[in-house]
Amino acid sequence: MSDELIQRVMKAIATTKRIPVESVTIDSNFLELGIDSMDAVEILFALENEFDINIPDEEVRSVRGIRQMCEGVERLVLAKSTAAKVPE
Amino acid sequence: MRRVAITGMGAICALGKNVAEFARALAEGRPGIGPIESADVSQIRFQNGAEVRGYTHAPYFDDRRADFLDRFAQFAVIAAREAIADAGIQWTPELCESAAIVTGSCVGGQSTEDIGFHEVYKLGHNRVHPLTIPKTMANAGASHISMEFGITGPSFTLSTACSSAAHAIGQAFWMVRSGSTGLAIAGGSEAPFSFGILKAWEAMRVVSPDTCRPFSKDRHGMILGEGGAILVLEPLEAARARGARIHAEIVGFGMSADAGHITQPSAEGAARAMRAALRDAHLAPEAIGYINAHGTGTPANDPTETAAIRAVFGAHAGRLAISSTKSMHGHALGASAALECLATALALRDGWLPPTANYREPDPQCDLDVIPNVARAARVEYALSNSFAFGGLNAVLALRAG
Repeated sequence: MSDELIQRVMKAIATTKRIPVESVTIDSNFLELGIDSMDAVEILFALENEFDINIPDEEVRSVRGIRQMCEGVERLVLAKSTAAKVPE
Repeated sequence: MRRVAITGMGAICALGKNVAEFARALAEGRPGIGPIESADVSQIRFQNGAEVRGYTHAPYFDDRRADFLDRFAQFAVIAAREAIADAGIQWTPELCESAAIVTGSCVGGQSTEDIGFHEVYKLGHNRVHPLTIPKTMANAGASHISMEFGITGPSFTLSTACSSAAHAIGQAFWMVRSGSTGLAIAGGSEAPFSFGILKAWEAMRVVSPDTCRPFSKDRHGMILGEGGAILVLEPLEAARARGARIHAEIVGFGMSADAGHITQPSAEGAARAMRAALRDAHLAPEAIGYINAHGTGTPANDPTETAAIRAVFGAHAGRLAISSTKSMHGHALGASAALECLATALALRDGWLPPTANYREPDPQCDLDVIPNVARAARVEYALSNSFAFGGLNAVLALRAG
């Protein structure tokens, strides 16, 4: 995972939750950060906008922490760029 | 205080265009859920809804009248016509002046607003249709019912998201019980299938990709629905005196606020509303034989509601029958509680309990008798109808067999 991607994910979380970005680390989990289900839905919305991706519901059900979230975003960003490169 | 009878019932929703069709679908455990047809869902993650299939205003309203009514207000009037005809009301000038109308709606005519805003925001037009405001207002249902029947008594609309119609029926019940009105027309209507509203629901991530499976372990959320249901409420003695058919009685109403989270439900708040309804009805928990659950089929609601029922009913929770008819008529938001109160009244009247459809797998967190998939013959004397809204505003109605 690139540092840049991690930083962008953490910034989206911090901005949405209105907490200092320093309080979010790659090893934080949602519980520690006080992120509830509605916060999570808002964060997904922010990430979809930030990375121009669609995050399907089934991708997010088991996500409990920032690392998992970054991995998921990376996978979707990669899938998008791969799809863009392959001519139809 | 007076006892309050339900003497008229009307409904239009995914299960049918009148009460008889609605009752038949519930008894057969047949969901009205399918691919959404009244809005373009090609850019939406979910595809299914509980719509009034093939609905057009033509059988109900002439074109000019229909121009003035958003679909949600049409549903309110259609259900009111059936309920009033069913009750056999003979209108007198005195009755017109004293009768009350209380309706519930969550989003009102937002599909009309959606069209108007599309005109200015997207198409860059410089004007919006002049009927946008009167079609959008959430009280349009109540207003059009009053105009249709010439009812000039106290009339108003409540908007408490998914509890709207329960709050409406509850207020009407109290008005009739206290003697402040001799007749009330109460219920709710909703028509939320427009692109903008569906997009907003999509963003909430609470809508199921396939169907609504309340209390089932593999549930994946709610299914949006539409429709209207209206009840006619009268003092029991007066109804008997005029020889009206008593479908059921409303005997209690309870409300509470979670004061917790804007969307996460609270078992404590739900339990307090059920206790308040029992208290209002002077009933012991053991008297209740059936609960029409809020039962949205979301991961959060169903275990919370189960915990609330266990907290209120203790050991009796294991002997109660519970079902969510949202598995069939969908979650019609501000109309839901009216459809569910109607389903509860039918269950008490006809001696069968509607099932929880689409049920596949027991969930240890929802370990109540949820009447899976098949309606059950049972004579029940008292029942509750639960509504727990987003925003934490809860409303519970208590009914008695007539």
